[in-house]
Amino acid sequence: MALTNETIQAHLEAKFADQVTTFSTETGMLSFESPAALNLKVMQYLFDELGFTFLSDLCGVHYPDNTGAELVVVYHMHNFVDNIRLRYSIAVPVEQPDVFTASKLFEAANWMERETYDFFGINFVGHPKLKRILNVEEMDYFPMRKEFPLEDQTRIDKDDEMFGRG
Amino acid sequence: MEAQHNITLPEGSIEKKTTTLNFGPTHPATHGVFQNIMEIDGERVVSSEQSVGFIHRAFEKLAERRNLYQITPITDRLNYCSSPLNNMGWHLTCEKFLKVETPKRVDYLRIIIMELARISDHLICNSIVGVDTGAYTGFLYVMQYRELIYEIYEEVCGSRLTTNIGRIGGFERNFTNTAFTKLEKFLNEYPKVLREFENLFTRNRIFMERTQGTGGISAARAMNYGFTGPNLRASGVDYDVRVANPYSSYQDFEFNVPVGTTGDNYDRFLVRNAEMWQSISIIKQAYEKVQSFKGAEAEIFHADVPEYYLPKKEDVYTNMEALIWHFKIIMGEIDLPKGQIYNPIEGANGELGFYLVSDGGRTPFRLHFRRPCFIYYQAYPELITGGMLSDAVVTMSSLNLIAGELDA
Repeated sequence: MALTNETIQAHLEAKFADQVTTFSTETGMLSFESPAALNLKVMQYLFDELGFTFLSDLCGVHYPDNTGAELVVVYHMHNFVDNIRLRYSIAVPVEQPDVFTASKLFEAANWMERETYDFFGINFVGHPKLKRILNVEEMDYFPMRKEFPLEDQTRIDKDDEMFGRG
Repeated sequence: MEAQHNITLPEGSIEKKTTTLNFGPTHPATHGVFQNIMEIDGERVVSSEQSVGFIHRAFEKLAERRNLYQITPITDRLNYCSSPLNNMGWHLTCEKFLKVETPKRVDYLRIIIMELARISDHLICNSIVGVDTGAYTGFLYVMQYRELIYEIYEEVCGSRLTTNIGRIGGFERNFTNTAFTKLEKFLNEYPKVLREFENLFTRNRIFMERTQGTGGISAARAMNYGFTGPNLRASGVDYDVRVANPYSSYQDFEFNVPVGTTGDNYDRFLVRNAEMWQSISIIKQAYEKVQSFKGAEAEIFHADVPEYYLPKKEDVYTNMEALIWHFKIIMGEIDLPKGQIYNPIEGANGELGFYLVSDGGRTPFRLHFRRPCFIYYQAYPELITGGMLSDAVVTMSSLNLIAGELDA
């Protein structure tokens, strides 16, 4: 029987009970969360039992206001046989952003995790080579975090008459 | 060996059995800014390590300060061989997120542009594979048809390479008659050229021996590495976003998804060629459908979304409501709905995904581009290890790596 959002949710709830939470199907895609320590168990289960053998995307998001869960890792997984996608996310505190690496399960995760480390400073435990990938290696901060805003285009504190901001 | 006093060689470098080769970042054979540090034993590649990011421009960070329509020019610069595909992918993501329904005519016009972009991208990739195996002629021969495709873009949106084509909801203006004339010219002449291009390569002994059995990957490994697009299909997986998750009315079209078997350079070449034939057929079908609209229907080129689609300039000067919308759009005073969306489209080299997170502000809270070639480039060492250095060059071009997309 082909998988649907409801059957996936039922399978996950049967397997992980109340550890998997906040299910939603906004814009048609099932999304849910779990504690960060469970990420490999959940993904292994999705891979082995539910056929989610393709990792479409992995990226980080920084929510500076969510104290204790500032950094989020979002996985988009795809089941080719039943042609269904899902979004799975885990949150970690910014003081200790340790997440188990998915690169043993998906080779594709290797560089995507390096990119996420590069921009958000999420420490992927067990990653074969966790170093910066797009930025220069000497960089000592994580530029996609929200404490590094781009310049506000409407700022008025600059005395810059040449460019019409005077 | 007598010690030299002016240079200090690293410990053990004289006794080394292998040679370290710095291939790139600006090597003429890399077609883009890539660096590969290879250990070679004679001409065999023993190991290699890539470094990327030479043209990283922080697009994801920039996008957090921009309104939706200001992000379109950023997407141009991802895969710049097929900018319209990126633009359309972005518009489709916004439309799905904002729940905008586009008219059928807009969908079909978009499909014409998207398939033209796919042809121009595959054309470059395949002819560059030809160049790297020693046949420059094909590359020069097909270039005039890429030029014709660029002329069609120019007629539709005014620019050629970084197109910024279309708007959220449709196109900035209707297609002109010249655009359709050029499209007809393309549909008439291009199949002959493509046939000749195929004759030049497909059964060419030198080309076959250079490409068959090099840079191959199995279907299981390709999936594990996150391959998508022609590279995945060449290894035998019939995954195409246009079929799996149809967007922009692709469900109204008849086309095949060509697949290969071995995933080597030759199969990738054949799959891309076969896809160009499918694209021609899709464009023909779309053009017929576009022509079947009559009267007022033939004038529709955008959806009715005043919050995101700029009003006509005449209206801005004469009509108060249009002026207000114009001002609000340009000043970015429209709040987005809250939510998240991941929307994939079939880009020219794989699944191009846009992951948009909005917290209800005026700009995306987070925007992530799933760039197909960033993901599959990590398989490159596995594809070339054990092979000849000259095959590594062909493998790199046949993967269709675009530096702009790789580095975002």
